[in-house]
Amino acid sequence: MRLSAPFGTRIKRDTRVFFSFNGTRLNGFEGDTVASALLAADVQLMSRSFKYHRPRLGLTFAGDDAATLVTIDHRANCFADTEILCQAMEVTSQNHLGSLGHDLGAAIGLLARFLPVGFYYKAFYRPKGIWELWAKFFRRSAGLGRINPSKQKVVPRTKRYLHVDHLVVGGGYHGMRAALDIANDGKSVLLVEQDPVLGGSLLYSRIDPEGVVAGRLAQELIGQIETNNNIEVMTTAHCNGWYADHYVPILQGHNLFRIRASGVTLATGSLEQPAVFRNNDLPGVMLGSGVQRLVHLYGVKAGHRAVIIAGNDEAYGLALDLLDADIEVAAIIELRAEPVKSGTRSALMESVVERGVRIITGAEPHAAVARRGHLSAIQLRGQTSREVHVAQYEPLETIECDLLCSSVGFLPQYQIPCQAGARLRFDEEDNCFTLDGLPPGFQLAGSITGKWGLDELAPDPNHSWPIFPHPQGKEFVDQDEDLQIVDIVNAVADGFTHVQLVKRYSTVGMGPSQGRHSALATAKITAAANRTTIDETGVTTARPPLRAEPLAVSAGEVFFPARLSSMHEAHSKLGAQFLHAGTWYRPACYPRPGEDRIACIEREVISVRRNVGMIDLSTLGGIDIRGPDASELLNRLYTGGFKGLAIGKSKYALMCNEAGVVIDDGVAARLAETHFYVTATTTGVENVYRQMLKWNVQWQLDVDITNVTGAYCVVNLAGPKSKEVLARLTTTDLDEDAFPYLGVREGEVAGIPARLLRVGFVGELGYEIHVPQTFGRHLWEALAAVGARFDIAPFGVEAQRLLRLEKGHIIIGQDTDAMTHLRELEMSWAVSRKKPFFIGDRTTAEIDTTRMTRRLAGFTVESANRMDVPQESHLVLEGDRMAGRVTSAAYSPTLDKIVGLAYVPATSAEGDTITIRVDHGHGLQATLCELPFYDPQTERQRVPDISVAVIEETLAERTSLISGSRSDLENGVVIVDRTLSDRCGIRGRTAASWLESLSMLVPDKPNRAQVQKDGTLLARLSVGEFLFLGSSNYLGSHPDGADSNYSLPRADSHAWLVVSGAHSRELLQAVCSIDLRPRSFLDGDVAQTLMFGISVILIQSEGIFHLCADITSSQYLYDALGESINSMSIEMMLKLP
Amino acid sequence: MKTLLCPLNGIRNIDEFIYGGEYHVEPDRKHADRKAWAEHVFFDTNSAGVVTEWWCHTPSSFWFLADRDTVTDEVISTYPFSIDPVER
Repeated sequence: MRLSAPFGTRIKRDTRVFFSFNGTRLNGFEGDTVASALLAADVQLMSRSFKYHRPRLGLTFAGDDAATLVTIDHRANCFADTEILCQAMEVTSQNHLGSLGHDLGAAIGLLARFLPVGFYYKAFYRPKGIWELWAKFFRRSAGLGRINPSKQKVVPRTKRYLHVDHLVVGGGYHGMRAALDIANDGKSVLLVEQDPVLGGSLLYSRIDPEGVVAGRLAQELIGQIETNNNIEVMTTAHCNGWYADHYVPILQGHNLFRIRASGVTLATGSLEQPAVFRNNDLPGVMLGSGVQRLVHLYGVKAGHRAVIIAGNDEAYGLALDLLDADIEVAAIIELRAEPVKSGTRSALMESVVERGVRIITGAEPHAAVARRGHLSAIQLRGQTSREVHVAQYEPLETIECDLLCSSVGFLPQYQIPCQAGARLRFDEEDNCFTLDGLPPGFQLAGSITGKWGLDELAPDPNHSWPIFPHPQGKEFVDQDEDLQIVDIVNAVADGFTHVQLVKRYSTVGMGPSQGRHSALATAKITAAANRTTIDETGVTTARPPLRAEPLAVSAGEVFFPARLSSMHEAHSKLGAQFLHAGTWYRPACYPRPGEDRIACIEREVISVRRNVGMIDLSTLGGIDIRGPDASELLNRLYTGGFKGLAIGKSKYALMCNEAGVVIDDGVAARLAETHFYVTATTTGVENVYRQMLKWNVQWQLDVDITNVTGAYCVVNLAGPKSKEVLARLTTTDLDEDAFPYLGVREGEVAGIPARLLRVGFVGELGYEIHVPQTFGRHLWEALAAVGARFDIAPFGVEAQRLLRLEKGHIIIGQDTDAMTHLRELEMSWAVSRKKPFFIGDRTTAEIDTTRMTRRLAGFTVESANRMDVPQESHLVLEGDRMAGRVTSAAYSPTLDKIVGLAYVPATSAEGDTITIRVDHGHGLQATLCELPFYDPQTERQRVPDISVAVIEETLAERTSLISGSRSDLENGVVIVDRTLSDRCGIRGRTAASWLESLSMLVPDKPNRAQVQKDGTLLARLSVGEFLFLGSSNYLGSHPDGADSNYSLPRADSHAWLVVSGAHSRELLQAVCSIDLRPRSFLDGDVAQTLMFGISVILIQSEGIFHLCADITSSQYLYDALGESINSMSIEMMLKLP
Repeated sequence: MKTLLCPLNGIRNIDEFIYGGEYHVEPDRKHADRKAWAEHVFFDTNSAGVVTEWWCHTPSSFWFLADRDTVTDEVISTYPFSIDPVER
């Protein structure tokens, strides 16, 4: 039934909203919640309880109890009391067998006596195996709601960063006051309120007898908030936790805001607590504040004749509200003795007395009585002592009523402060909880402190023991889980005395409301049962998320960084199957139509052995090491000696850590006296680069170390005919004498500047061709075109693994583990003894004095059956004992047998037979043999003597093959891809002074940028590193290495996007974790940070943003930005001053 | 999420950093006895209290030191490495 205005402040009576409940057509008003519309339509039953299937109607009407959980439009477990009513909503009730009114499951309530706490732990486990049968039954009755997978809507969810000076959670009186105070200090404030409007309890509670103060205060404060430019308000938003350094998730609609604030004020208030008595869960028994919400906000008259259980003065404000709403107040059962007798009556109480309401003292509730499933009366009894059992009592009168409101006390919303490290204490004297030990910058305001009031906070007027045991039980402590007083008492009696154990044993507080209405009573009962204090008992830990959070919030919008070489499209066209290597996508193999994976790999192997193959090795790490101490650095970092390495030669480079464990390998090529180019493994290069920098921070050698992995595209051209192919594309002399094995040459290939390395990883004549990243596609197509007459075939990572296995080359990480030492690999040849030290030398020397237990050895199995190939990590047995494991194995099409590498006992020798335990426990006999399996004399690496043909084809201009500029995207944000434009880097100890000598405007400190006279932009990334955008002139005019300054090939390694437009800052703020607000990130500022999980350089200059990132991630970055722009245009939430 | 103050780049989310282990002064790698060397390579002090640690800001590859209280997880200060300990 509806009340007329002014009741119902939140509903608009001129707009009807039609919906259905369990198929019945009903209607409410715009602004209604589903629950208020149901109650207004006189629905008396909303759901069934979880365990006993008891009828429920709702307790709090604030979204805090499980009684109002319904399914709305196929979304299970929606809180009907916070879900705003929409047209044509289909609402159905949950948790019943048969109809809501005649729930067959309710029969379980009759068995309650036989379902004691811990029932599941005690029963069903004997005889053995019986649980499996019972589980099927329990699984069916467990859980709430039903999901219909075919009806689920995919809703886009976004995650955004938001920086504010101060976050205030809770838009009630104290929250608004705090926000205004902080905003008036000039700080930006974000005020978050869970309801659709600000005001909190001012909107429904009664402060003065006339009932005008609360509304007036709310209006005043809301007015001030609205006109304050420093305050931004977010309504219908939930704060769901607190993380270190004020990192706070706020959920609003489909958005997750990751708030970073300098300070947080929590003004989330306290939650009214139910009284615990028999049948306190009947439809019609509600919290006083819940009834006030219904009356004031929605104009819903929740009953006709009410009884109020009073434990504080709030009860009298409630009584006046009920009287004003034309609800008869049959009686107030005053649990406290003193306020009535001592004459210290509050103004509210005086007013209630004046209006002739009967106040009963000396009584307490005994049991609520039901008629047709709804409250019909309350039985009273004389007050008993504070016990968890009631032995004897004096029955008093029974009062008829259809509404029973309890107003007996409040519990501060302690959960989030406790997550922040606060300690919850119980003050026995004032009978209230308090919080202390808050972290710096974390404040509380209002009743969350445990104290109560407007301007002067006083102890919370809680009743200390609103718990009334009944001989027949059914006094619900936890209405989510249907737990009674006796369940808590029995849990303690069973030995689970600690409140955390009580929770786990009884499941109290584990339901949807997470103990918000059971924690206090549980603490009191547990304390009483243990005969300790509430302070000693405490409450259980409340971890984030505070409220149920859809999995879609975490699952939605996740970005996985992806790096693609510039040849990627060519691979796709060839039908490559890709695999992940770190963040890279690499072709695993190139199957032809109808060809299976194994056949494809073997074909690719044979092609390399017979003709020529080409593989994209762009993922290979590349590090430039330049400076007078370059060779000294390598000598210290790698096991070998590099001082004597001739210019134009390369050498195998093996890296250990200080524990003597082999961690990476590659090739070091000497390009000049002071310049080395070192390769590293695909997944190892990041770590290798970082370790190099870390060591050199300590050594301070005069050397520049740059990770140039993304700057180069690499193709390994391998096979007996590789020279013939390459010779047609380069003028570099490829004869054996001019360009021997392990030689390094710089020249041109297909018109592109290229670095050539003669390598032999796959065991054939081969050339690694390193070209600037932007020309990768060009190189690939040129090689394919020229190689066609030699039957060139691309090969993938899988074929390469097999080729190198035949040649006996190991892969670090595949054939080594975290314990592998040099000696076990028989790689002492890679160690130089003629230098002072290298990382890992001391430990290696110590290990050499101990007994070796295992070594890596090659084995063969004389079988052509691919099914016989042992798998990685299959065990090598010595008798019954595990003696090692297989690390690599495959059928070799070249040798027509199975070859592999395995750790075997150190005492074993070539020619020995070992047993490998393969799948299903079968034993496989293998023979140990010398490595390599293929071409032990390395004859295949020699250049065949053939006539050199001239370059036949002149290939297209460099720029025409690079994908065009992308400026097609305009949605408040304009992103222009300037990757084709010039840019370069300069680094070195004297870089700044050298730039000044060129009359450059040099930014005075790192992470600042300066526009030059010619319009180019110079960004300073560290004391000695600079990035030029818009020019590469300086690169040309600068002698590499002069004055210890070095050019960096940034045009090839850094993609460059320019982000401009009205919403550019909003976009970047949302996707970037650092503070990009106008006054924090200024014109000329530079930030090196992560965006979508990849490293970026962000520069603001003259109102536009320059974004530089690894060029191989540019497609990923572009897609991620596009996705964010699309999701933001759905709902632009951020507002800027 | 915790934040950390990078001496080069300012305050950043901790996910922009990697941990580089406790800072140790290396014993003489030629003459230190086996036990001292093993201690250096395989053991951290793991002490409860303030320890000095290596941290690296990954987007800029900048290594620095941080004094962190392992009991409270409070970072007391961060600073660039300097060969001369007096400068620190």
